[in-house]
Amino acid sequence: MQPAELSAVDIVAAVRQGDLSAVQCAETFLNRIEAGNGSINAFLNVDREGALACAAKIDARRRAGQPIGPLAGLPVAVKDVLCTANLPTTCASKMLEHFRPPYDADTVSRLRQADAVIVGKTNMDEFAMGGSNENSAFGPVRNPWDLSRAPGGSSGGSAACVAADMAPVAIGSDTGGSIRQPAGLCGITGLKPTYGRVSRRGLIAFASSLDQIGPMARSAADCALVLETIAGHDPGDSTSLVAGVPRYTELLEQPLTGVRIGRVPDHFAEGLDPEVAKGVEEAFAVLKAAGATVLDIRMPHAKYGVPTYYLIAPCEASSNLARYDGAHYGRRCEEAASRKGSRASDGPIAYDSPLVEMYCRSRGEGFGPEVKRRIMLGTYALSAGYYDAYYAKAMKVRRLIRQDYLDAFEHVDLIGGPVSATPAFKLGEKTGDPLAMYLVDLYTVAANLAGIGGISFPCGFTKSGLPIGFQLQAPALGEPLLLRASDRFQRLTDWHLRRPKKPVR
Amino acid sequence: MNAANAPTAAPYTTIVGLEVHLQLQTRTKLFCGCSTAFGAPPNTQVCPVCLGLPGSLPVMNRAAFELAMKAALSLDCTIASFTKWDRKNYFYPDLPKGYQISQFDLPFSSSGSLEVVDPKGTFAPRTVRIVRVHLEEDAGKSMHDDTAGRADSRIDLNRAGTPLCEIVTEPDLRSPQEARAWLNELKLLLEYLGVSDCNMQEGSLRVDANVNLHIPEASGRIAKTPIVEIKNMNSFRSVERALIYEVARQWEEWQQTRAELGTMPKQTRGWDDPAGVTRAQRHKEESSDYRYFPEPDLVPVTVPPQQLAAVRASMESPPKQLRQSLQSQWNISAYDADVLVNQGRDLVAYFETLASQVGGGKVASNWMQQDVLRMLKERGGAIADFPVQPAGLADLIARVTAGTFDTSRAREIFAEMVASGRSAADVVGAMEIAAVGEDELRDLCRELLARNPKIVADVQGGKEQAAAGLIGQARKKNANVNPGEFRAMCLEMIRAMGR
Repeated sequence: MQPAELSAVDIVAAVRQGDLSAVQCAETFLNRIEAGNGSINAFLNVDREGALACAAKIDARRRAGQPIGPLAGLPVAVKDVLCTANLPTTCASKMLEHFRPPYDADTVSRLRQADAVIVGKTNMDEFAMGGSNENSAFGPVRNPWDLSRAPGGSSGGSAACVAADMAPVAIGSDTGGSIRQPAGLCGITGLKPTYGRVSRRGLIAFASSLDQIGPMARSAADCALVLETIAGHDPGDSTSLVAGVPRYTELLEQPLTGVRIGRVPDHFAEGLDPEVAKGVEEAFAVLKAAGATVLDIRMPHAKYGVPTYYLIAPCEASSNLARYDGAHYGRRCEEAASRKGSRASDGPIAYDSPLVEMYCRSRGEGFGPEVKRRIMLGTYALSAGYYDAYYAKAMKVRRLIRQDYLDAFEHVDLIGGPVSATPAFKLGEKTGDPLAMYLVDLYTVAANLAGIGGISFPCGFTKSGLPIGFQLQAPALGEPLLLRASDRFQRLTDWHLRRPKKPVR
Repeated sequence: MNAANAPTAAPYTTIVGLEVHLQLQTRTKLFCGCSTAFGAPPNTQVCPVCLGLPGSLPVMNRAAFELAMKAALSLDCTIASFTKWDRKNYFYPDLPKGYQISQFDLPFSSSGSLEVVDPKGTFAPRTVRIVRVHLEEDAGKSMHDDTAGRADSRIDLNRAGTPLCEIVTEPDLRSPQEARAWLNELKLLLEYLGVSDCNMQEGSLRVDANVNLHIPEASGRIAKTPIVEIKNMNSFRSVERALIYEVARQWEEWQQTRAELGTMPKQTRGWDDPAGVTRAQRHKEESSDYRYFPEPDLVPVTVPPQQLAAVRASMESPPKQLRQSLQSQWNISAYDADVLVNQGRDLVAYFETLASQVGGGKVASNWMQQDVLRMLKERGGAIADFPVQPAGLADLIARVTAGTFDTSRAREIFAEMVASGRSAADVVGAMEIAAVGEDELRDLCRELLARNPKIVADVQGGKEQAAAGLIGQARKKNANVNPGEFRAMCLEMIRAMGR
């Protein structure tokens, strides 16, 4: 049996039945990581020792007839924005290069509790800010379908490692599309759950009112399996929802007959790559064939999504990232450099004091340019005199966008469309133009602003062999239907089973 | 200074508003489970949440919110049905997240008031309006070593995240004395309700004062001096002193500069207690732009009427109400009620038990004011630890009422009860055992009369009261001597001598 080709559902079943040992499974994937990571750079940290030890314990428990968890033996890669007590957690930033949190994120605890095997931490855009994974302080991730192209971001490492069979499942986070967009560009399935469905405790905050953790895997069924474990109320996160967790894996069977799917004609306006448009329309046809009806709907405020997002997210980020001051943890500039501050200054917080000099230098050295850009954007937009024009107005538009969704979901059960306007772009193609980069979030940010769930899965390939992603969005807590519709699609197509032509070495 | 000391003669009105920060008496911090106990070694009562470590999230402490509601309700504030928290962003070494979780535009309560009445009548009753009370987290503590040639700062984050109520008053106070009295009343109220221990030394109550002068001009126009905020006051007495100083300083300055409110930015001055002066603090280099925005890690709180009612029902009666009920129930003076209530709830409970056991407020109040409070003050400590509890004192008073001995003797017995922890019966018993026999008493009389011929002569000359001088000497020799018996015997012997 080749575990690297098994789905997560199959791996868990095989381990449970004793057909596959957790150690054997972990070794397979660890070996693939070892072989492939040099060219893909999906992992920032691989925990071979920890993973094998964990797997061995699971095998021992299974052999001894003791109970094992629902994800027993399943290798999982975790985006390096989630705190792990035994592994460095860097956010792909020099600022946290040597940071080891004293605790596990809630999601990581739940995975461990379920006997998943954490194989390592995946690369990402620094502090989850970016759409190409080129903002990592530790080098970009390469798209397994074409190593000259970006995997998308910010969960680029998580998407690429699944696409390259280095892990059957990865955990990502999505603030404006950071799970769905890289999943689309890497040809895998990625679910951004409803805001609050998965606890944010231990997720290093980018934009707290938008951040959400979700599973990334080869199929919707695998995402359903993982979501069952990581979803649920956490008293340690005030914004986590107090709602029961359905057995998502058991809700996949029901056919799509009668399900109404909205299609937004504006999504097909100028700017959408024709091959992507074609793939997306074909996906609608498949869903129709499965029994769904497709209705055109309007989302009048959708066009304000990106500007709204690029105010709210940086505002929150400017505050969330204030704690990285070099004083308590994280990167601190050389002592001598901070001593260049004036010692004759009046007081410790004067502009020219050694303390302030230390803050400025540490932050200047620790953060990359995109993070700095967003801190400045957010600080500006929250400043006296600008607050009403920017932050307050953005919050109003956010309500209008949320209302658009509420109105739309009066008529349809799901909304479908493209994930990204183009397939994976070349590394370096957009790095000189931040605005062009921000537009990669065009189709995804609205779900975050509205707090609803969305899923992305492959619906075709371009002539040059790059995956095309399809996105479905559902009302709050609509994960069962999102997963069911995606799973139905994947029962009727095999796009999700395709693998990059050039297997990684 | 003269002007401030004689407010009626002052050519201006003093305008004072206060901002009080109050640590709530919760066991744990506002957003995490760390202890709030004072005095632990630095940085030992911390966790990822109050250290602001990456990925940590705050969770609101329900007890803190309810205590804050108690504080606001006791100040007659309106509780908002919907409230939220905001981030106040600023860099400071003792603020680990780079922002403080506070309340900006929707505080949980507003529009209250608290009256202060001086039973001695040095000022007219004053009602101070409360603008708002909000709930926020405390920062850590910075200790700067400004010794020449050093620039060390040490940070203790034990305090970071302690629940803090900010109480802002309207500028309704009209003198430094009123400000001090009002703060005393506020402290008493909050202690009564168990909201805060109000310990200024430990920083659980901190006060900033805003003060300026309104000066009527000949034209009828009122000139206003620039508002000064005074910080660094660590007792109510220093609040009063700082205000007295600042009022005089502003008056001097006004006479020299005629500078009015609005012509310069608000000044912050620090109180230097040993020197007894306020000093201008450095201007903050950046104007305070805290970039407030709603805290996305906390959900807004709605207060349902039932919760509000439950908090209200759980509240003990405030001092003002207690003073009135003590007066009406036990028929004691406003002054006496004030003294008792100002000592705190436990002492009031002591008094009420005593009064009901001796069957009268007046006698109980006299014993409280003259003996219990004095002894308590001498001994220090709380009334709960006082060796004579109400039943014991009531027993003693009953013996006085029954005529067993007089009040002055009872005082001695009481002192012995306090010193030894024994009951009145035991003390009295012990004294009776040592009671002075008639022969012994006679010997003592004889000895003292022989030693005090002048007194004997005075008495013989008709001044019987001169015999009192003998009583003191007798008691010095033998504390058990009954003054009445002794006096009678002395007089009898003197009369015998004269025959």
